[in-house]
Amino acid sequence: MDPYLRVDDLRVSFSTTDGVVRAVDGVSFSVERGRTLGVVGESGSGKSVTSLAVLGLHDPRRATVTGEITLGGRQLVGRTEAELRRLRGQDMAMIFQDPLSALHPYYPVGRQVAEAYRVHHPRAGRAETRRRVVEMLDRVGIPQPERRYDQYPHEFSGGMRQRAMIAMALVNDPDLLIADEPTTALDVTVQAQILDLLADLQAEFGTAIVLITHDLGVVSQVADEVLVMYAGRAVEQGSVERVLRRPQHPYTWGLLSSVPSLHGDADADLNPIPGNPPSLIDVPAGCAFHPRCRYVGHTGGRCRTELPELRPAGTAGHRLACHLSGEERSRCYAEDVARVGVAQ
Amino acid sequence: MLRFLVKRILSAVLTLFAVTVLTFLMFFALPRDPVTGMCPKNCNPERLERVRQELGLRDPLVSQYAGYMKGIVTGRDLGSAQGGRCDAPCLGWSYVNNEAVTDTMARVLPVTLSIVIPAAILWLLLGVGLGMLSALRRGTWLDRVAIGFSLAGASMQLYFVGAVLLLVFVYTLRWLPVPGYTSLFDDPVRWASGLVLAWVSLAFLFSAIYARLFRAQMLETLSEDFVRTARAKGLTRTRVYGRHALRAAITPVVTVAGLDVGAALGGTVITETTFGIRGLGRTAVDAVRAGDLPTIMATVLIAAVFVVLANVLVDLLYAAIDPRVRLG
Repeated sequence: MDPYLRVDDLRVSFSTTDGVVRAVDGVSFSVERGRTLGVVGESGSGKSVTSLAVLGLHDPRRATVTGEITLGGRQLVGRTEAELRRLRGQDMAMIFQDPLSALHPYYPVGRQVAEAYRVHHPRAGRAETRRRVVEMLDRVGIPQPERRYDQYPHEFSGGMRQRAMIAMALVNDPDLLIADEPTTALDVTVQAQILDLLADLQAEFGTAIVLITHDLGVVSQVADEVLVMYAGRAVEQGSVERVLRRPQHPYTWGLLSSVPSLHGDADADLNPIPGNPPSLIDVPAGCAFHPRCRYVGHTGGRCRTELPELRPAGTAGHRLACHLSGEERSRCYAEDVARVGVAQ
Repeated sequence: MLRFLVKRILSAVLTLFAVTVLTFLMFFALPRDPVTGMCPKNCNPERLERVRQELGLRDPLVSQYAGYMKGIVTGRDLGSAQGGRCDAPCLGWSYVNNEAVTDTMARVLPVTLSIVIPAAILWLLLGVGLGMLSALRRGTWLDRVAIGFSLAGASMQLYFVGAVLLLVFVYTLRWLPVPGYTSLFDDPVRWASGLVLAWVSLAFLFSAIYARLFRAQMLETLSEDFVRTARAKGLTRTRVYGRHALRAAITPVVTVAGLDVGAALGGTVITETTFGIRGLGRTAVDAVRAGDLPTIMATVLIAAVFVVLANVLVDLLYAAIDPRVRLG
């Protein structure tokens, strides 16, 4: 089966007065219908820039987007705004991190969902649109959808707002849904409900989902594939089982061990990755992660000078960009686990 | 919504009451004897004393205030020297103009309204339009032209702009008659042609501020998440900017417009003087010069009413724009 979304060597850069920001620097991935790709990384790793590039939402006057984005066989990069507009909300839709700021504060929620429907169904009448929207609000689990239709976002709870956002995104039954940190702003219990809802809707409609998050717990719950991004590049990608059970990149180890464990000692210190993500104007030479990598000494300086290629690592589909040899990685990983105990 | 409305109107009434009290007190706190101003020459002490009696200046302050307020609400009887019966809303008698103040106001108020209201419509459309254009075309020549235009407007004085317009359109090209006021109901064409230069100069000066204000607000709004959502839905740019962003960015414009229009309705002295039209502004200035206290009092009161009304209107508009305000 051909993947519904295929992204090939995507590069997004912004010219600023301080220099060129390479927010995404050669990222490739694909998602099939009915499958979920989790994109993980810290803030500034290029996750959101990637998703906005897929929807064509970058301002062409400020951002340069190159590479290939193929959606259901159609190449998107270089299309006109009018062509992209017709695909947005219809074939590909997006939900955002903070549903309160993502909904317009001055319009009733139902009308905002209705607007998404009518723009792609210009011949739909008022009654039909309303019926469709109420049905959708009901489908995403908003109680009393008829009454809720006319309420404003500030009258909704956080979870209900995100449900409304999901209703808005799915009202046209798109084949691709990009969810940019959809649960970050929500309570943990509500998070689980929203993730369940997304999984249900995916099973029902066969939507391809790109789930952007920094939460590996979320990824392990819902994703089929994982793409780990660092400083605008993919450092590790593969199936969830492979990447989370047998992580190969020191950065992925760091992400995994920085997840606080429910079963461990509640007073135990967190294990953050030391240092901060690099500035995207001045990315470190060689492997961008080397200044924060514990094992940089194992490669005789290669990490500081030579950019590691993304190469197959072991089993089919698992890919990795790291200079450590397979043997060294096993040793270092054992060391890492012994040091912090990976939360798995 | 209804509760909000009632609350707002009640507080407006209270404000107006406070304004009348304060104005009235100021009227009496003035250093000069109100009577000498009303009777500039040939006044013997007996006549002055009679005027004081007629005006009730010998009565206690409270009963004078009560009389004045009663005049506004129900009308009152003034002495024969003051035109006798004075119907509501009675604002007193002007010895300087030898006329009931209410009649003066009835004559000059339509003039000021005719100047300010069309000018305000013009400056709002122009300001918001220019601001929108330059926000959406930020950094292009269009943006720079719009900003240059608004800088020019903000730096110029009305009497200069007005004089240039008069020179060009009235005295050189002769496209327009010499400015003046004709009632809209008598002859709409002459009404407009006599006032259009005043509208244009006011709009030029005021729209400048609005263009800058709206541009800044629009740029801020365009980076909001809900604008991104609107675009992600596949809405056209026109709809994203013209509806979603415009509605969110317009609130500060409404606030400032309320203040400006309210203040302008209280009198546009410079505009009236530049174009030789007698409205509320020049009436007020002349009254101050002549020490014509009943007229001063009336102009202050009317100006205050406009400011308060404009504020109520702003609040109602706010509630119409932003549903969250209606809760308050």
